[in-house]
Amino acid sequence: MAVFLHADSTKCSGCKACLVACSLAKFGVNNPKKARLAIIPKFPAPGVFEVKTCTNCGTCAEVCPVGAVKVNEKGAYYIDPNECIACMACVKECPEQVIFTHPDYPVPFECDLCGACVEVCGPGVLWIE
Amino acid sequence: MAALFRFKLATPRADKMDKEAKMNGYGGKILRVNLTTGQITKEPTPAHVAEKFLGGRGFGIYFLYTEVPKGANPLGPENKLIISSGPLSGTLTPGAGKMDFTTKSPLTGGYASASVGGHLTAELKYAGYDSIIVEGISPKPVYLYINDDEVELRDASDLWGKGAITVETELKKRLGEEFQIATIGPAGENLVKYACISHDFGRQAGRGGVGTVMGAKKLKAIAVHGTKDIPIADPQALLRLGTEAYKACKASGGFEAWVRYGTSGVTVWSNEVGAFPVRNFQAGALEDYSGLSGETMRQRIVITDKGCFGCPSPCGKYSFSKKYNIYVEGPEYETTALIGGDCVLTDIEDVAYANWLCDELGIDTISVGNVMAFAIECFEKGIITKEDTGGLELRWGEPKVVFTLIEKIARREGIGDLLAEGVKYASQKLGKGSEEFAIHVKGMEVSGYESHNAPAMLLSYMTCDVGAHHNRSWAITYDLQVGRDLVTLDKAERVIYLQHVRPLFDCLGACRLQWVELSIDLGLYPPILKAITGIDRSWEDLLKISERVWNLTRMYWVREVEGFGREWDYPPPRFYKEPVTYGPTKGKLMSWGDIQKLLDMYYEKRGWDKNGIPTPEKLAELGLADIVK
Repeated sequence: MAVFLHADSTKCSGCKACLVACSLAKFGVNNPKKARLAIIPKFPAPGVFEVKTCTNCGTCAEVCPVGAVKVNEKGAYYIDPNECIACMACVKECPEQVIFTHPDYPVPFECDLCGACVEVCGPGVLWIE
Repeated sequence: MAALFRFKLATPRADKMDKEAKMNGYGGKILRVNLTTGQITKEPTPAHVAEKFLGGRGFGIYFLYTEVPKGANPLGPENKLIISSGPLSGTLTPGAGKMDFTTKSPLTGGYASASVGGHLTAELKYAGYDSIIVEGISPKPVYLYINDDEVELRDASDLWGKGAITVETELKKRLGEEFQIATIGPAGENLVKYACISHDFGRQAGRGGVGTVMGAKKLKAIAVHGTKDIPIADPQALLRLGTEAYKACKASGGFEAWVRYGTSGVTVWSNEVGAFPVRNFQAGALEDYSGLSGETMRQRIVITDKGCFGCPSPCGKYSFSKKYNIYVEGPEYETTALIGGDCVLTDIEDVAYANWLCDELGIDTISVGNVMAFAIECFEKGIITKEDTGGLELRWGEPKVVFTLIEKIARREGIGDLLAEGVKYASQKLGKGSEEFAIHVKGMEVSGYESHNAPAMLLSYMTCDVGAHHNRSWAITYDLQVGRDLVTLDKAERVIYLQHVRPLFDCLGACRLQWVELSIDLGLYPPILKAITGIDRSWEDLLKISERVWNLTRMYWVREVEGFGREWDYPPPRFYKEPVTYGPTKGKLMSWGDIQKLLDMYYEKRGWDKNGIPTPEKLAELGLADIVK
């Protein structure tokens, strides 16, 4: 089974430190809107946070028409921006909806298992295995 | 290939790049919204103000003091509501989710500053703003819509009259989950003097009537969404230092218990040491508090830990009450103390429902709990009768009485109209000796620490810059540590120290609880702040800024309140005239002489005169001479 970023949503308190760490680690900016995982709060009812992470399922690679989704040394799929044509097929088809876009960047981006998010999570929601 | 990958992704589109000079650590703009004219302007955040006042409540008092004219009616168009983030807000710093609301208080007539957690402060900075300055009065109900650079006032006629939770739900449905909402409930609209501003389904800027000012301005809500980077001087250093700080929090010995109970963990301790306000601060403990304990709450109603932005140790406990079929964040300790203890509701679900009512109606649980306890005591003493209450018998320990009073106050119905003014005004109006047991300082109701036998805590309440609130200096633990009966200089010094450290967090736009509850090293913060702003400042430099802010807030009282001085720092008479009736401190009370001694020591240590007014020398030393003319 592939290595990927796991999340126990029941432990998440929605603080978004993981998202900020992600943006700093991958883009060198402080902006959770540029993160590669997501927290979806469901309030006032049922009062839970749903954490969405890449499960490394490979759908992105399958649907990419130009072969721009590759695999890095950790076994994580990533989008090569030099080959990506920004057709957004992977964004639409991702079953977890964890391929992200931001107006500052021409192409989408996804988790590459760097682990910065895991280190800052207080309640221990996230782990890679 | 990997290098190219990073290069292309890390280069933002040229058309999206902001050409303006960035101010590291700041959104960079002040948003000024005039509700009378509908004019919206954006101004650069003044660098000299950031340097001298940092942000948050520092910005709040700077703009309040320099922009709101002397003698302004708190509910009139000349008063302003100043909403500010700080340089840590929204960054990779533990607890970087605090926002300050500053205004002239309709409750006290002096300075008001209330803080809220949640995600609003971070979102405002992602939209590119440090503060919103709300001016004037709108001719009709509106809400402020902020989506990055797009800012407009939108009609809120259909939201007016609705509850805060209802409105937050509705606005998120309309605008999108990613919008952060601050809103008032009916209490704010009805100008209840201690109406709060609600955010994130259970977080409130609670004290001093900041929600009342929003109501007077006909501003129902603020909705914010931002997508921008916060400019950071050294992002790599921030990632490294921020991550270290998060790890320090997690490694704290207090982490597990704090996260399990949040502030509700205080309840049992507070009863055990006789600090729990009971029956309008007559007693220091409940006879049986097991139904309110943190463990009871955790087991019976808590469903999710809910953190503010960037918080590794969430104190927010999100609960569901089967008995009442409601979701509510909390109850927090303060709510349990003032509604559970002071009004003697000993079932956590009854307190939770009262909490939910207050949240939906938009009312401060601390002030309303204190006010209700005052009303019940008035009824007990025959000062208020069934004729005044519409037939309702006000008794201790009756959930229905509490629920009914909250509704009446929020809607200003019957006796609620008087109680909506706060205990100071209500006691003056009712007379018959009720002033003796109106538990307030400067017109603000005392919060959740019974202080008959806690001189440092009592001094904290007496000298707090918004009225009797605990968050500037929570010194009761110091009383316990060094001896409760002692009235010594170190207690005054401790209070002053806390009054600089704790409010400093409100200037930085971050939460103090990682320090207070997890004991993380304060030395972690200056390097993080430097990585963010690029400016090297020691903790002592920062404390000096906090002292500057404290003295300016004091001068605001001096300017606004005729005859302001020592007498305004006196505690409620109950604390020095009536001994504690029940609990570990039974029979204890403060002496009048000790109260005077505390103030003498405190003023001298602060560089204030005998009347509690900062001296010209002190103001000059703090660089305030130009502002306070």
